[in-house]
Amino acid sequence: MAENSEPIVRIRNLSKAYRRGTQVIPVLTGINFDIARGEFVALMGPSGSGKSTLLNLIAGIDSADQGSIQVADVEITSLGESDLARWRAGSVGFIFQFYNLIPVLTAFENVELPLLLTHLDRRERREHVEAVLNVVGLADRMDHYPAQLSGGQQQRVAIARAIVTDPEILVADEPTGDLDRASAEEILQLMDRLVQAFGKTVIMVTHDPRAAEKAHIIRHLEKGELSVT
Amino acid sequence: MFLLKYILRNLFRHRLRSVLTVVGIAVAVLAFGLLRTLVGLWYSGAEHASDTRLVTRNSISLVFPLPISYLERIRGVPGVTTVSYGSWFGAYYKEPKNFFANYAIEPKGYMELYPEFTLSPQEKNDFLLDRKGCIVGQRLAKTYGWKVGDLITLKGTIYPGQWEFVLRGIYHGREKATEERILLFHWDYLNEAMRQTVPRRADQVGYFIVGVKKPELASEVALAIDSLFKNSLAETLTETEKAFHMGFVSMTEAIMIAIQIVSYMVIAIIMVVAANTMAMTARERIGEYATLKTLGFKGWHLAGLIFGESVIISFLGGLLGVAATFPAASWIETELAQFFPYFSVSGETLLLELLAALSVGVVSGIFPTWRGATIRIADGLKRIG
Ligand SMILES: Nc1ncnc2c1ncn2[C@@H]1O[C@H](COP(=O)(O)OP(=O)(O)O)[C@@H](O)[C@H]1O
Ligand SMILES: [Mg+2]
Repeated sequence: MAENSEPIVRIRNLSKAYRRGTQVIPVLTGINFDIARGEFVALMGPSGSGKSTLLNLIAGIDSADQGSIQVADVEITSLGESDLARWRAGSVGFIFQFYNLIPVLTAFENVELPLLLTHLDRRERREHVEAVLNVVGLADRMDHYPAQLSGGQQQRVAIARAIVTDPEILVADEPTGDLDRASAEEILQLMDRLVQAFGKTVIMVTHDPRAAEKAHIIRHLEKGELSVT
Repeated sequence: MFLLKYILRNLFRHRLRSVLTVVGIAVAVLAFGLLRTLVGLWYSGAEHASDTRLVTRNSISLVFPLPISYLERIRGVPGVTTVSYGSWFGAYYKEPKNFFANYAIEPKGYMELYPEFTLSPQEKNDFLLDRKGCIVGQRLAKTYGWKVGDLITLKGTIYPGQWEFVLRGIYHGREKATEERILLFHWDYLNEAMRQTVPRRADQVGYFIVGVKKPELASEVALAIDSLFKNSLAETLTETEKAFHMGFVSMTEAIMIAIQIVSYMVIAIIMVVAANTMAMTARERIGEYATLKTLGFKGWHLAGLIFGESVIISFLGGLLGVAATFPAASWIETELAQFFPYFSVSGETLLLELLAALSVGVVSGIFPTWRGATIRIADGLKRIG
């Protein structure tokens, strides 16, 4: 089905360089990349190859120097900061290497965060939060603070936070990078289930070949350019 | 609602740091309020001084007396209504630390000239009739637990010996600024004793208090009095009570200005300290702020979060400081009574204390708020891990 439908992410001629004083460090040079709806894509490559940079550009938290990025038909490179923030809130779910939960908020409150920017009332928010905590299997831990949860559990809370607004795409930057083998396996299975059972599109940066195996498509980034495996 | 919850949880994150900041601000605010009150009191003596009362004293210095014989001649000056007189007595109660203002005065004229010392007609009458009688202000009476009818013994310093008085009345100040820590007794009582023991110190007064018909006459009458005694053994200097106080105040004005500057510096210092603490706190949380922005929260959400925290901390400090002002002021009033006849903090000062605390919150919050609100997400996220 993925082959026939319109790509959900469409990247054309994307370039990005960082400037350090007078020095220009090209990171991405003329990237072209399509991702179909419902795909599970792994981005691999050596450290410093620009994986995070590319992921950040797709997710709208960094700005490109050149080129076009369309996500579900929205040209995000032309959005202003405020529109981009609104777009992120509704369209992108984020999963980070270090979970990035707010330590003073409970699991429930962390998951509820993105919903505070919606029109949902308190009761509706509660329903949504409980539903996604059920999906990640942590309904019984919703009053726990991040410090009271294991790394794997924290990452599951983070995944619940990422999917609670039902976004178009999920982006994950080294989601298993800080986890032991067993927890990593759990997280990968959960992400796989989000793709299989809920039809989510996942773009995952990883340098762990075992993590990449879970993906349908693996792309390598090297010297600013993408190659297919 | 959520913002407030989040701010409060953040406050408890580094409990010690928050508590120390709050206490620091409270102490600064307290110091600010007390110093301001001190300065205010200094000037209020002159502000409340009457401009229909003149003080005639020895032109050389306050410590030199004037002969009582001047009385009739001052009375004869046109525009003069009532004349009374007195001497600084300078005795203490039991121990030197129990020091308060006490004067030997001519009671009848004094009571007329100082209507702000209010006494019941009964007490006033009893006082006038008893040559060994004295009256005290109610604060003083309260301090030592004196009641009307008590026998009070003072130890003399300028006039050595044990001096016994019968308390005949307790006066109340008609105005807030009226001194209520004074003891007044009959000048005649002192003078008689002097006649018997040290005759050369008899028939002398420290000052005359001269009532004039209306304020406009004051300078004219003052000149007339002083010219009466020109070239006599004891030349006089007559000024309005206000001028008399102002002369006293201006001598120490430089100190008062210094105190005022210090009071503002205290606030400035705590601003710097609080700003540093807030900046440190915000720096630690940069990754969190970046995460919130990633999720779609805007700069102003973060501004509310950071600014709210610094304002709440400062406001708590301000409230604590204001609350501490009351016991501190009453402690000063009782323990340092000899320096401060009364030490009541005005509502204006309390308000200024809160404003000072809030300004600490605002100033210390500006930089971290600006940094947090404008952080580039990709940079902020790199700070985690
Ligand atoms: N803010 C920045 N300023 C300058 N250089 C940067 C910045 N962010 C990343 N880089 C550089 O860009 C390159 C790609 O970084 P990144 O996308 O994080 O790589 P990866 O995630 O593949 O390890 C690296 O060489 C890195 O040093
Ligand atoms: Mg990376």
